[in-house]
Amino acid sequence: MSTMQLDIVTPERTVYSEQVEMVIARAAEGDIGILPHHSPFVSPLKITAVRVKKDGKEFLVAISGGFIEVRGDKVTILAETAELPQDIDVERAEAAKERAEKRLADKKKEDIDFKRAQLALDKAINRIKVARSR
Amino acid sequence: MQNMRDIKRRISSFQNTKQITKAMEMVAAANLRKAQQKAESARPYADKMREVIASVAAGTQGIQNPMLVSRPVKKTGYLVITSDRGLAGGFNANLLRSLIKTIREKHNSSDDYAIFVIGRKGRDFLKRRGYPIIGEVTGLSDSPEFADIKTIAKQAVEQYAKEYYDELYLVFNEFINPVTQRPVVKQLLPLSDVTEQKETGTQALYEFEPSAEEVLEALLPQYAETLIYSAVLESKASEFGARMSAMGSATDNATEMIANLRLQYNRARQAAITQEIAEIVGGANALS
Repeated sequence: MSTMQLDIVTPERTVYSEQVEMVIARAAEGDIGILPHHSPFVSPLKITAVRVKKDGKEFLVAISGGFIEVRGDKVTILAETAELPQDIDVERAEAAKERAEKRLADKKKEDIDFKRAQLALDKAINRIKVARSR
Repeated sequence: MQNMRDIKRRISSFQNTKQITKAMEMVAAANLRKAQQKAESARPYADKMREVIASVAAGTQGIQNPMLVSRPVKKTGYLVITSDRGLAGGFNANLLRSLIKTIREKHNSSDDYAIFVIGRKGRDFLKRRGYPIIGEVTGLSDSPEFADIKTIAKQAVEQYAKEYYDELYLVFNEFINPVTQRPVVKQLLPLSDVTEQKETGTQALYEFEPSAEEVLEALLPQYAETLIYSAVLESKASEFGARMSAMGSATDNATEMIANLRLQYNRARQAAITQEIAEIVGGANALS
């Protein structure tokens, strides 16, 4: 099985750097699956769980505020935050989810707050989903 | 006798000071190593981003993104990165001096510029002198996370996008090596150096989703924020370097002072003994 190099990099550190078989991510215009020898490609990513297939097994990585670059047999995901399932603090994510839901339920707030709460909720749900996949 | 006790008290006070400066020096040295590592590990992100942007910009001629194009300057933004704590030699003083010099040279009235400031020292200094501060962050940890400065970085970039100011400068201490820091005033926006950079090696023709313009639009602000983050990390490393050398020389000075005082003390002691003997001899002579 041919493989490609996957690097997941955040401003703080390199989160993941391994040879993998497939990457599935939610790009700006829908899900995209990337196999080795994909043509060069760039797109922003939604707040989502990126699916990575390595040695026949799949796992998830929680991504927010990132984009993906494919060039040759190298896939690079640059993201503001990226977490592997074992790095996620589920309790914190649950608390964040609850907080965001409460804020969304309170409809009197301004739009900006609403948007932020929605983002926070997406991030929290995404984290919980990835953590559960362990 | 009074004199001797005074000297002794001063010696022990200097010893206390020396202990503190020595400890601070060692703490700064340890933090410096961590900060350098942090700055090092932040580099791949910025490099990669720059690479992608350069190839996007090169592959799509004629795109006019406001982040890349310079416009007539009516107002200038400054983002000043200082430290929260002092005892770092000329770290903050030199930086603020070069900021003020730049402002004096370039602007006639305080309406022509606006300042973002990171760090308590810079904020207090600028506030006291009535400079127009439009955003501030204090109390950053010794190894700041991206999330800590995200808000101010975003603000700084957004204000440029909204044309509140027409250029943005970063003012921070550049890290040259652990004992040398240099205050610099660097232009951040518009991003001029990205496109000027000549392409090296293989030039990939990317597919963009949704489109090259939109990708660029999403990437450029993020890139600017990343550059601000790197500057913060660099400034942290510089701060610890400056503190380390300042505390190092403070320790040396304390050692020297203690040696001098000890010499004085011994002289005084000897004089006291001599005098006492002279008194005894004098007394004995008087009896006989």
